[in-house]
Amino acid sequence: MVIAFWTLAALTLGAAAMIIVVRNLLHAVLFLILSFIGVAGLYITLSADFVAVAQILIYAGAIAVLMIFAVMLTPRSSRNNAGNFLQLPALVLSGLIAAGAAIVAYETEWREADRGSFDTTAAQIGDALLSPFVLPFEIASVLLVAAMIGAIVLVRED
Amino acid sequence: MLSNWYDFRDLGNPVSRLIEGLEDAGVSDGWIYVITGLLGAIGILTFIGIAAVINIWIERRVIGRVQIRRGPNRVGPFGLLQPIADAIKLIQKEALQPKVADGFVFTLAPIVIFVPAILAFAVLPWGEQMVLADLNVGVLFILALGSTTTIMIFMAGYASNNKYALLGSMRVIAMLISYELPGVLALLGVVLFAGTMSLSGIVGFQDFYWSWLIFFQPLALLIFLLGSTAELNRTPADIAEAESEIVAGFHIEYSGMKFGLFYAVELVNAIAVSAVIATLFLGGWWTFGLENVIPGWILFIGKIYAVYFIFIWFRGTLPRFRIDQLMAFAWKFLLPLAIVNALLVAVEVFVWTEYDLNAGVVLPIFGVVNFALAGVLIVAFGRMIGAAYERYPKQPMMYRDIDVPLPEPAPA
Repeated sequence: MVIAFWTLAALTLGAAAMIIVVRNLLHAVLFLILSFIGVAGLYITLSADFVAVAQILIYAGAIAVLMIFAVMLTPRSSRNNAGNFLQLPALVLSGLIAAGAAIVAYETEWREADRGSFDTTAAQIGDALLSPFVLPFEIASVLLVAAMIGAIVLVRED
Repeated sequence: MLSNWYDFRDLGNPVSRLIEGLEDAGVSDGWIYVITGLLGAIGILTFIGIAAVINIWIERRVIGRVQIRRGPNRVGPFGLLQPIADAIKLIQKEALQPKVADGFVFTLAPIVIFVPAILAFAVLPWGEQMVLADLNVGVLFILALGSTTTIMIFMAGYASNNKYALLGSMRVIAMLISYELPGVLALLGVVLFAGTMSLSGIVGFQDFYWSWLIFFQPLALLIFLLGSTAELNRTPADIAEAESEIVAGFHIEYSGMKFGLFYAVELVNAIAVSAVIATLFLGGWWTFGLENVIPGWILFIGKIYAVYFIFIWFRGTLPRFRIDQLMAFAWKFLLPLAIVNALLVAVEVFVWTEYDLNAGVVLPIFGVVNFALAGVLIVAFGRMIGAAYERYPKQPMMYRDIDVPLPEPAPA
């Protein structure tokens, strides 16, 4: 378990670092996908099987394809990224955010769950979505339908 | 089941004997897990390897039969050695790589495209106790694997640095996004009906109620079959590699064994999808008690090849869709039908569980209702969105479709 955690963490963080380092936009997207898969592996070590598979289905499957579309529709996306004057401020800002997250994570007293892992997370998530959290769930679906209809209305020609 | 380890009817026997032996020898649980996992993986990989070789022959022979020609019949008896001859030819060929290609991604794509194809076999139950990883979310796992194939194909198309390859891979992405939705919604019906997402749980459901799910979910089977034909890039929907439009699509620049890998992964994917359909709709290893006589995994392989035959049949008989027709088919025909099917199943399951009805009475009614509604819906939807059939068209169809006025008839 410990070996798996450190391997996956190294994979995720390494891929995330490579997203910034590589110049080619498409390579950055591919590293992003690798990073998503690493996060899915971390979910598996937490025995959250549904979330892990959903992570692959949604992030590595759908979001990545969306990004590929976005990159391919960008004019001159084949031109590699050049450095620009925002590098240093971006580095400082992301360093501050990372430091803040690290300090909060270190200072928090984490409670350990005294129960074991759930047998079937999918059923638990389904129950939770449809009984206590039904209102946010429905609001999210209404929002998505509205976005979908809006997109169709925007691109309709007639 | 008999418990002699050499009894080939249940391949679980030698494994359970091995586990007992290891436990007696005092090996820790972790190592037993690793050893049995490796053994199962070797078994599955052996099946995949043999299938990938045999399927070349089966596919070419059956298509030959469909198209009234012979297919490979010179190398070895009935041409059985043809796949080996093909493989030797491919290995001998020079693996060309364009100078402008993105070298690393170009080489990586045909290798990693095998990963989802092989992983799909891990969650399939081959027999009552024969499943490598019995995931609770098996159906979702298979769908997730199917969605990642897109990225490998895109990697191949992009790295080739060829406009036909890029066009082909963009077509694949557009098509897979479209066809994922009806497939997912069709499987939602199955999952709702069986009440579990685990593949062995779904087989257990069919065992418990003594019936295959195809009798309750004909519409879901049809939608999933057509959707997976598109996801597999097989002929009625192989616009990704349409020879007549974009030469060979995403693998145009691949030669030698790299092309061979793409060719093999297509066959392995076809087998994987056939296995999923056989598990979900045809009972997997469970065959109305026949599995007590013949080992379940042989029945399962038989069902896989029965479904695979349908795919070959499609390939041999149907012409290729145009890309807009394919998209319209997914969005206007399959998707509404899949939504209606999911709604119907939800109502049925609600009625069944809420009023606590007897399964022996309810299930036949559901079967009849679903079959009737499937027929009615397909015909009604086809009528609604399709153009009416004209016996004597007034002008050529192609002109009308692209809305070009006919040239004025020349003055006499």
